Amino acid sequence: VTSAAAESTTETKAEGHTGQHRDYIGAKLGMWIFIFTELILFGGLFVAYGMYRALYPQDFHHASGELNVTLGVINTLVLLTSSLTIAMSITAIRLGKKVQAMALLSTTAVFGCVFLVNKFFEWKAKIHHGIFPSSPLLAQRPHGEALFFSLYYGMTGLHGLHVTVGVVMMVIMLVLLARNKIRNDDFIKLENAGLYWHLVDVIWIFLLPLFYLAA
Amino acid sequence: VSTAVAPAAVRRAEEPSFYASKGIASWLLTTDHKRIGILYLSAMITFFLVGMTLGFFMRLEHMTMGPTVMKPTTYNALFTLHGVIMIFLFVIPGLPAVFGNFFLPIMIGAPDVAFPRLNLMSWYLFMSGACIALTSLFTGGGPPDTGWSFYVPYSVTTGTNVTMAVFGAFVLGFSSILTGLNFITTMHRMRAKGMNWMRMPLFPWALYATAWVQVLATPILGITLLLVILERVFHLGIFNPALGGDPILYQHLFWIYSHPAVYIMIIPAMGAISEIIPTFAHRTIFGYKAIVMSSMGIAGVGSLVWAHHMFTSGMSQIAIITFSLLTFLVAIPSAIKIFNWVSTLHRGSIELRAPMLFALGFIFLFSIGGLTGLFQGALAINVHIHDTYFIVGHFHYVMFGGTGFAFFGALHYWYPKMFGRMYNERTAVVAFILMFVGFNLFYFTFLVLGMMGMPRRYYDHLPNFHGGHLIATVGSWILIAGLLIMVYNLVRGLFHKVEVPANPWGGVTLEWTVPSPPPVENFHTLPVITEDPYHFNPVQPVAKETP
Repeated sequence: VTSAAAESTTETKAEGHTGQHRDYIGAKLGMWIFIFTELILFGGLFVAYGMYRALYPQDFHHASGELNVTLGVINTLVLLTSSLTIAMSITAIRLGKKVQAMALLSTTAVFGCVFLVNKFFEWKAKIHHGIFPSSPLLAQRPHGEALFFSLYYGMTGLHGLHVTVGVVMMVIMLVLLARNKIRNDDFIKLENAGLYWHLVDVIWIFLLPLFYLAA
Repeated sequence: VSTAVAPAAVRRAEEPSFYASKGIASWLLTTDHKRIGILYLSAMITFFLVGMTLGFFMRLEHMTMGPTVMKPTTYNALFTLHGVIMIFLFVIPGLPAVFGNFFLPIMIGAPDVAFPRLNLMSWYLFMSGACIALTSLFTGGGPPDTGWSFYVPYSVTTGTNVTMAVFGAFVLGFSSILTGLNFITTMHRMRAKGMNWMRMPLFPWALYATAWVQVLATPILGITLLLVILERVFHLGIFNPALGGDPILYQHLFWIYSHPAVYIMIIPAMGAISEIIPTFAHRTIFGYKAIVMSSMGIAGVGSLVWAHHMFTSGMSQIAIITFSLLTFLVAIPSAIKIFNWVSTLHRGSIELRAPMLFALGFIFLFSIGGLTGLFQGALAINVHIHDTYFIVGHFHYVMFGGTGFAFFGALHYWYPKMFGRMYNERTAVVAFILMFVGFNLFYFTFLVLGMMGMPRRYYDHLPNFHGGHLIATVGSWILIAGLLIMVYNLVRGLFHKVEVPANPWGGVTLEWTVPSPPPVENFHTLPVITEDPYHFNPVQPVAKETP
């Protein structure tokens, strides 16, 4: 029977549905659990990728060569930098520098948009060349290559959706910052948004080698 | 539980019941966990009655050979809908969403869950998912006919409205994840002062184990269902053998969620039984720690047994034997619970009230369900009974005889607390007896029919199965009669104005220290816990004769 755990839980007590909720550790715990669920959501696709890459190693090798490594690396740099700027934004609001925090957060949102624009042109070029699920061109190529591109569209698509949600979330955070709903003594929302954005970043770090560098 | 602060069992004037504020908006915009629990309850009872009606017609179809009341395509739609509604809208969310929401914060001495607004959002997601799933019946290419498991390749090629139904299930999964996340955080952060983990009552413990399964397994269902949608809309080919994909991958991904989902259904039910039995045996629970550990054990081992649904799919021998072994292992923690409940009853002062009857019914029916599950874990027997009525009988014993009876037992147990009213005890007992007799007549016959070789999901049957089908159909009528009497009795009780004391059964967990129904704030002063749970000595039952 441990009483230490009970002691620590009762100190920061949330006030429930009628009062203001100020349990930071609880809010972060909830966000971390949500991040686990996101990892597992992508995990299903990583399992599919692993299985088909094991079945069709040659096809994956060939298909991967058709992706534009330069664009992939640029996007990686964009996302990594954006993770830095959102982390800096959290530090700024913690120090009470509201304008700086908003500027850094806006930069993050812009980087997110740059990533999406890049991705859009990448997809557009591929589709223009007749490479998309169930396309006549892919139907003539080996099964493994078609599956590679199906997974490519599926996984980068789901990731792109997460980037989009992240950008929307940052706009909401900007509004909350402007209205002083996020302050130097109450910035858990921004911190949780940062956690989410790092997750988006981390998933991309795995997608880059699996798709662009597999050749 | 003895508390340092004297519990306020009598309602104070300044603490109105949580029903006090009126108006539809006060319900639809509520963040009170108790009201959200009531919202879930009313929705789920409705869905349950719809699912039951579908089942009734399926049974009616098998009353005679050949077409009786419907066409084969209607029958396919019915078993799909019956499965989708009962599984996704009743048994999976059932106990956590209704009784978890209502009682978890009260039982751990908290004013609400950790994220009250997220909790309301979960309810809206649940209702949206339910609406999407139900709309799929009347739009697109007609009601889905794939069975609730949406197996590829048929779910990708059929012209019925699978896309929408699958999307509904996806949204329901999201709701389930958020509820689980909320409960875990609540239990980590909001237990009353002095309530360390090993002083937490067993229903919250069961919800804790369940919540982890909800959080960790449901995303896999999410991605699987998303892939089915992408497959149908964009023809990705991940599950399509013609494009190099593998349908078995779908089965793995589906059951990686859907087997643990069985434990999402049963663990909270076991938690509720662990509350009912000590209260009506007036005796402390036997083996508290063993029950806690077995809940966590079931959640852990239960997540590693999924492929026992696929023994006939052509997996490797090593995989089959491994999963068979793990399946046998998961029986151990379940059996530990049964032994502990029986030991609690031993030398207890047993009081056979309606909730207790349901709890005893649960032990009997769940034991049959669990043991027939072991038949299927055995590889040779599995081949014989795969896809027969034996499977259907087995999972109805577990899900209906187990979770369903526990749900209704919990409803009878906590009814006076939730509504501040009382049902008629004698009618409740009559309803239980009808349900119990009808249930066994119905589903035990299914076990026998399955052993004889009756395949599941068939529209028609051969003459040698006819006697069995007739018995099962009659059983279904008795069962439904019992269910209807039960629902009538519970609804009627709401309109019968009586004063219900705070602790009608002589229970010792925290919810019995607050007035019935509880005030908005749950506790006037947050309780301080100084003892382990389930101390019965000082408690006197104050049950009154029911109307």
